Amino acid sequence: MRKLPDTRPAHSLISGRAGSATRHESAHKHVSGDALYVDDIPEPAGMLYGYVGLSSIAHATLKQMNLDAVRTAPGVMDVVTAKDLPALTDIGPVFPGDHLLAEGKVNFHGQVLFAVAATSQDAARRAARLADVKYEAQQADLTLESALAQEHFVRPTHTQRRGDADTAIATAPNRLSGHFKIGGQEQMYLEGQIALSIPGEDGSMLVHSSTQHPAETQKLVAEVLGLPMSLVTVTVRRMGGAFGGKETNANQWACLSALLARRTGRPVKLRLARADDMTTTGKRHPFHSDYEVGFDDEGRILGLNLKLSGNCGHSPDLSDAIVDRAMFHADNCYFLPAARIIGNRVKTHTASNTAFRGFGGPQGMLAIEQIIENIAQATGQDALDIRQRNFYGPDGRNVTHYGQTIEQHIIAPLVARLTKTSEYRQRREAVRAFNSENAILKRGLALTPVKFGISFTVQHLNQAGALLHVYTDGSIQLNHGGTEMGQGLYTKVAQVVASEFGVDLSSITCTATRTDKVPNTSPTAASSGSDLNGMAARDAARKIRQRLTEFAAEKFAVPAESIQFANDHVSLGAQRITFAELVQQAYLGRISLSATGYYRTPKIHYDRANASGRPFFYYAYGAACSEVLIDTLTGENRVLRVDICQDVGQSLNPVLDIGQIEGGFIQGMGWLTTEELVWNEQGRLLTNNPASYKIPTIGDTPPVFNVELMPDSPNTEATIFHSKAVGEPPLMLGISVWAALRDAVASIGEHRTAPLLDAPATPERILAACDQVRAARGERQ
Amino acid sequence: MISFLLDGTEHRLEQLDPNTTVLDYLRENLGLTGTKEGCASGDCGACTVVVTYPQGDALSYLAINACITLLATLDGCQLLTVESLARDGQLHRVQQAMVDCHASQCGFCTPGFVMSMFAYRKSNRHFNAHAIETALGGNLCRCTGYRPIVDAAVKMYEPDASDSFSKGTLATLRALEGLRAEPSTPSCAADGRNFLAPSSASALADALAANPGARLIAGGTDLALEITQQLKQFSTLISTARAPELQKVEQSADTLSIGAAVTYEDCAEILCTHWPDLDELLRRLGAQQIRNRGTLGGNIGNASPIGDFPPVLIALDARVELQSKTGRRQVAMADFFTGYRQTALGAGEFIRTIHIPLPHSDDWFQVYKVSKRLEDDISAVCGAFRLRYRAGTVEDVGIAYGGMAAVPQRATQTEAALRGRPLSQAAITDAMNALDRDFTPIEDFRASADYRQRVARNLLQRLLLVHQQGDGRQLRVSQYRAGSPHA
Repeated sequence: MRKLPDTRPAHSLISGRAGSATRHESAHKHVSGDALYVDDIPEPAGMLYGYVGLSSIAHATLKQMNLDAVRTAPGVMDVVTAKDLPALTDIGPVFPGDHLLAEGKVNFHGQVLFAVAATSQDAARRAARLADVKYEAQQADLTLESALAQEHFVRPTHTQRRGDADTAIATAPNRLSGHFKIGGQEQMYLEGQIALSIPGEDGSMLVHSSTQHPAETQKLVAEVLGLPMSLVTVTVRRMGGAFGGKETNANQWACLSALLARRTGRPVKLRLARADDMTTTGKRHPFHSDYEVGFDDEGRILGLNLKLSGNCGHSPDLSDAIVDRAMFHADNCYFLPAARIIGNRVKTHTASNTAFRGFGGPQGMLAIEQIIENIAQATGQDALDIRQRNFYGPDGRNVTHYGQTIEQHIIAPLVARLTKTSEYRQRREAVRAFNSENAILKRGLALTPVKFGISFTVQHLNQAGALLHVYTDGSIQLNHGGTEMGQGLYTKVAQVVASEFGVDLSSITCTATRTDKVPNTSPTAASSGSDLNGMAARDAARKIRQRLTEFAAEKFAVPAESIQFANDHVSLGAQRITFAELVQQAYLGRISLSATGYYRTPKIHYDRANASGRPFFYYAYGAACSEVLIDTLTGENRVLRVDICQDVGQSLNPVLDIGQIEGGFIQGMGWLTTEELVWNEQGRLLTNNPASYKIPTIGDTPPVFNVELMPDSPNTEATIFHSKAVGEPPLMLGISVWAALRDAVASIGEHRTAPLLDAPATPERILAACDQVRAARGERQ
Repeated sequence: MISFLLDGTEHRLEQLDPNTTVLDYLRENLGLTGTKEGCASGDCGACTVVVTYPQGDALSYLAINACITLLATLDGCQLLTVESLARDGQLHRVQQAMVDCHASQCGFCTPGFVMSMFAYRKSNRHFNAHAIETALGGNLCRCTGYRPIVDAAVKMYEPDASDSFSKGTLATLRALEGLRAEPSTPSCAADGRNFLAPSSASALADALAANPGARLIAGGTDLALEITQQLKQFSTLISTARAPELQKVEQSADTLSIGAAVTYEDCAEILCTHWPDLDELLRRLGAQQIRNRGTLGGNIGNASPIGDFPPVLIALDARVELQSKTGRRQVAMADFFTGYRQTALGAGEFIRTIHIPLPHSDDWFQVYKVSKRLEDDISAVCGAFRLRYRAGTVEDVGIAYGGMAAVPQRATQTEAALRGRPLSQAAITDAMNALDRDFTPIEDFRASADYRQRVARNLLQRLLLVHQQGDGRQLRVSQYRAGSPHA
């Protein structure tokens, strides 16, 4: 560069600071169709299309796989099976068990047997259906019940203990026990799984992948190809939704496309059609809850024995951590004086269940909420009173069953606030009045709380990196290890950097997440995206700002402490120059304008052997109040009104946070109402497309939907601008809908019979619960 | 030759495989990647585009699913995609409203929403909360929870001024007239696969006779799934869309006659005039994109056991007029379905018209659709009830159910239990018991057989309750929603 560029104009009033209601950085590109997803990238010359052949049986020995018809199908350039793999064959992310291509055995219906590369997507898909496969069928464990009964586990059972639960229950004035089933959930990201691999020099590979975990995708591609990681670059600009479904489940398609690219020497894109995507990838774990609870006459829990059994599918994948997180959330907001929480990792011959927003937390939380509801009917009290009575509190009621002390007592005031703003008590009376006047339609009301632990429970994942460049025109390029899946992470982290430099957000360009810019990153998961990457980016920004400050202090002979970065300018005593001018001066003064940033979460530790420690840096809280209407003749239902109060600390961006809250709530509502996964007796997923698997539509959004951020509630921990994580916690607000539906059913029996309402509460299950309560009422009369 | 406008540019195709979808053509042939593939089955709306065609001196704007629309069927239309909307670097107001309301997160569904909203905005002068939910019920968003999208739908009405499309209407109309004035009937072929669109009912009969292996295509909303999901390649497709006889809606003194190729959208109004209770069913049948393409004849012709309209037509004593080269004949709707996916259609025969007897002043019609999700879902059970109630007794009755058997079926014993009796609890109880004899319900992922039987019985109970209460709408949860009087 001979001549410095014109500096960027300074804004009189800058926008986009941390805390401001800034729009999503890609919003204008989303609406115009200009935002590029992997399938939209202009196709490189000579590109081939990959596809996969799937097993049509759940558990079998592979006797013979005749792929002649596949090989000779029109357009086919390559076919690959397990025996062709050059290096790593098992891409299990934590524990082994996930074969890239089936090796001699099939463990679930829809397992990938082989991959094909052809000259068009259509040719590849057609060819993949031509395989002639001979199976020797074996007994398949397809249900949680049967596999649990036989103690088929993918990982050992784990137990968390506090006090003597058996004695506490035995000596309690009241006892209840029961069994409760919780359904799984398909992530249903609108953009399906996809990867595009482009071979380069020296055997290198560039992989465009729709992945939440580029570093792991990179590692696995390298290992599958037998390359050092340094020769593989994974990049992702954005995903069309992920929700956990692309945390580990994106890896297989990246590895296969890279493998086919390596073998053919041509770029290969592999995109799954929806039905195959839903069949072969993992979902939220279905769970069973078996419990025994002792409580006093006011409904205070004295002792709890809870067995949580998660259906992990055929392999461990992330299930150890997922079942752990279910166990960590089996208390929700409630103090358990004595408890034994057992977590089973059940193995079935189904697709390996995986991460999905909440990561087991929702299932653990729903289990305890179902127990609370039963206590309400047993004691004849309003479920909200039972909940409030059981909240954690100071003085002897502030330690969880895994030994973490609750330091911020937010839930009681938050719920008190929502009780008032939602007019819960008045509406309880109105609901009662409505129900006494209506024989067929019944209303239900529920207010449920959420406490969600923030941090990866796998300690080493709690670290992040960033890379920041300032160019000589004053523009800034930001890169960090977090991925953008719609949550607005790029926007939030850019806001952090804008705040550090006092520049307008438009000065900052977020570039695609790439393993060659920031290495060894963690998945964008566990709600940690802005906590971790925001801090790492701030670290990088502060390094550069510090260099600029030191340079300016010397050059302009002003005390460093007096130098201020604000409004696109830098104040240097009496002088004020633009940020860009200072940057140019610094460049000429030979100051480095590029920095890496790094962060690791402090304070956390957990001793799994003793099931005790502080796994979470802090907790995020929230509560929702839902009112529903059910039809007791058909089980059809509507959500009429929802009020939410969510604790996001000091919000980094209120509009993005509200988007996460509303979207999370509706997703949680879908999980517990219309989203039902059904397999046939051979283990084939029947609900494998959006025609049969029903996520909420616009008509399911409650006509009254009030969302409030808990005011004046900065995080007491030193998080980025004292904000709190917001990705996962709101999903569990959807539990209020399930509880309200149950409340409406219970009203048929004057709330004296506990309805048996497994999740999801489909119209069919609601009608069955109505019949059950009606029958109990009939017996009483 | 197939010709259509993409924005203002004419596209003329002779070498076109008739199995080509609009989505594949846009993305693969034209490199227009703004339109997304979410499911390739018409169930998510990510691929929504808009077609316009002349209606008088104006243009009709219809949202359709590009993934299950065959390109050949767009002959004579204008196609608009998400790339069409912004002009001179300025976002269209629908797009700007989506930005301003923070209505996109991951953005993958967004182009589809934008196009559905655009079609709605161009077709409706005013915002209506209930109507917008009906218009957007076929667009899935997994991120936002929809609230900001509803906000954007309100905001897209500010300012209420014309846009570049209004200004360009005349030019578009002229261009479309030019395309449509061409004498040849639309057809195309590639690799030996053909598409024909005969321009009269008799030509259609001839074409069917000449191509015994051909499949008929109307809206194609079901047929295209065989292409995108089962990877079928049809060798000959014959479109019903160009035969004017099949596009007619006529009313005589006692009969409403609807051409087989009339879309749901185009017959909804007149149907609801005569049978107001159809309003909800028609809003919940498929999604807007489907109703814009799907036809009455198609829904009957594909003989699905879970089609929503056949039970209605059976209950209403409708007759189907069939035509072939040898002539025309009429079949009672109740006799049309002969088995799972089987009909009374003979070789070379097609559905020409559906004749529905108009209601008497004493007739009362109710239809209930029960599904897992309210919008855009297939019924677990659909029950249609027509009662002629005179001097305190049920003089005539037609009852039919969908989802209760391999075909939509008349409940003859249930009808018999009610006929000639006052509508009392005793009669309804008898009818419920008779229903158990009428049906052995199917069992699938939508519902168990028990649930279907239980609900089918309970719908009879509801019929009595509604009869006793007069206005039955407050007895339906579906009425408690945004913009409705009961919410």
